[in-house]
Amino acid sequence: MISGIFTLTLLGGSLGLFLALAARYLKVAADPIVEDITAMLPGSNCGQCGFAGCGQAAEAVATGQAKLDMCPPGGKSLIESLAKRLGVDWDFSHVTANVPNVAYVMESTCIGCARCFKACPTDAIVGAPKQIHSVINSACNGCRLCIDVCPTECLQMVEVQTTLENWRWYKPQVIQAQAA
Amino acid sequence: MNSYPIRGGVHPDERKFTSEITIRRVPTPKRLYIPLKQHIGAPAKPSRVPGEIILKGALLARAQGSVSASIHSPCSGYVEDIIDWAAPHPSGLPTKTMVVVNDGKEIHEDASVPVNPLFLRPEVIAERVGQSGIVGLGGATFPSAVKLTLGQGRLTPILIINGCECEPYLTCDDRLMQERTLDVVDGIRILAQALNGSETIIAIEKNKPEAIQLMREATKKIGNIKVMPVPTRYPMGSEKQLIEHITGRQVPSGKLSADIGVMLHNIATAYAVNRAVREGKPLITRIITVAGEAVEQPGNYEVPIGMLISDLLDFCGLKEQPARLIMGGPMMGQAIPHANIPLTKGCNGILALSAAELSQRSEHPCIRCASCVDACPMGLSPLSMASLLKRDKLDEAVDIGLKDCILCGACSFSCPSGIPLVHYFNYGKGEIVSRAQQQRKDDEIKQLIQERQVRMVRLEQEREEAMAKRKAEIAARKAAQAQQEHSTKAEAA
Repeated sequence: MISGIFTLTLLGGSLGLFLALAARYLKVAADPIVEDITAMLPGSNCGQCGFAGCGQAAEAVATGQAKLDMCPPGGKSLIESLAKRLGVDWDFSHVTANVPNVAYVMESTCIGCARCFKACPTDAIVGAPKQIHSVINSACNGCRLCIDVCPTECLQMVEVQTTLENWRWYKPQVIQAQAA
Repeated sequence: MNSYPIRGGVHPDERKFTSEITIRRVPTPKRLYIPLKQHIGAPAKPSRVPGEIILKGALLARAQGSVSASIHSPCSGYVEDIIDWAAPHPSGLPTKTMVVVNDGKEIHEDASVPVNPLFLRPEVIAERVGQSGIVGLGGATFPSAVKLTLGQGRLTPILIINGCECEPYLTCDDRLMQERTLDVVDGIRILAQALNGSETIIAIEKNKPEAIQLMREATKKIGNIKVMPVPTRYPMGSEKQLIEHITGRQVPSGKLSADIGVMLHNIATAYAVNRAVREGKPLITRIITVAGEAVEQPGNYEVPIGMLISDLLDFCGLKEQPARLIMGGPMMGQAIPHANIPLTKGCNGILALSAAELSQRSEHPCIRCASCVDACPMGLSPLSMASLLKRDKLDEAVDIGLKDCILCGACSFSCPSGIPLVHYFNYGKGEIVSRAQQQRKDDEIKQLIQERQVRMVRLEQEREEAMAKRKAEIAARKAAQAQQEHSTKAEAA
């Protein structure tokens, strides 16, 4: 019996030591690019890119499995910073209208069930049970997580309205004159 | 006096047809539409409610925040409402606007006439200028009191009064110098006093000989004020160019003129300062040039702030439907979508152009002639910046100086291929702002997400603790009950 205890203790101890040394000396460093990309992504884990969360999406982008424009909440500015970080050229002429979307609560059909603001990763929805909820536009990044949980379909995505504060000069249309 | 050459510039057709026409006062219309943001900075906060009766010169909205300007009523009557109304902006998007109904009685609010302003301390002058809601009337609309305070905090040995008026068509500053010479000069003296008696130079383009003559006579006996004729070249009236021409010093990229000890104020601002400090009258009217071939009676008009452009054009008459309406001058002014837009403090001209006056150039490919490089007063390379912006290479465009562009339009004017260069730079500068805004929003949202995650973990912990506590309580109660039962049994036994 003594010999059995001794053998198993020795086996466990040496294997543990081996694993500890392996963890220390054979460590695979996490790709810094993945970390950088994770920091750039919104972090709301909305899943609109088709991956489970922002971390997986960052890995996919770093390995080239996902395109740079996979993230709708990030928009054009995210594509630009990703292209810069990865050192790739991105053709912006195919980027569709960069109008950011935000959630909007239609007050006539909101029943105050309080499900949407529990789902919101950015605390952009305010409200209380049996009260009409409302969205704070400046905190909403358009992740759409609230849309699916609403039982009355009163949540919609709407375009951010153009005001004097966010109005910008449009890009000049290139209309080449007919060669004579 | 020494002067230094500036680089670039163009010579557009002057078209100053209104320089001989006396300033006329326009009667105040029935309704005035007064935007709460007519200046750079935070919008003024309304201090009147709808239905409140007001006198002429009464405070309508108070400056809020460090950079802002108060707004006063140009007529007596009452506040009808505060509504969203088309802003004086190329987009014509709505902005908060106070509607004032004019009762036609012109009852003034009592103005306290201060002591001789030339014996006042600089800070007190700046305070009075601020109370009167004066902003840079050359078009920049930066609150003048803030600018004066900025100049008082540093050494400002040179005050330049800008009477260049280098934009074609516009003649309002020229007429102001000719007709109200003494008031303008007094305003300039008050400004100099507000800056601790800086050396003052009045710069006037050589195409205004009458104004130069009159201003010279009026300032002859005043020691530290000099009139300096400057060459007629666009954009001589731009702040950085004028400072370089007069002092030989360049304002470094990203710095203010105050950083190199120079302060610039416009002629019309000096006049408004005279009204405000000498007579206690707030800024409620301004002089603007109405011109263009579609106008029947072009000229210079003293208009109440908040008058609709359509009312003004009714007063001046229209020969034909204007093909384009421009607020400001033809080089840097903004085309506005319609005439139901109010006149504000920063508007120095309204141009109603006929179709014949508009240039009908179509765009051709760039031939790399470098006319725009020669014309650029900032020494930039407009053709390279535009070709980068065409491909949305914003960072590269910023690297070669997009942020230094003053949007003067000399490049577009000189381009033989009709490329809308300055439009590209407007677009690029807008993109820079959008990007900064988006970055700020992203950062804030990331912060919110992290705070929420921390809160969720804390809530979960608290829930578990509460549950454990409840379990312990139940267990304790059960134990007590068992104990009791045990003791009663023992007693019974």
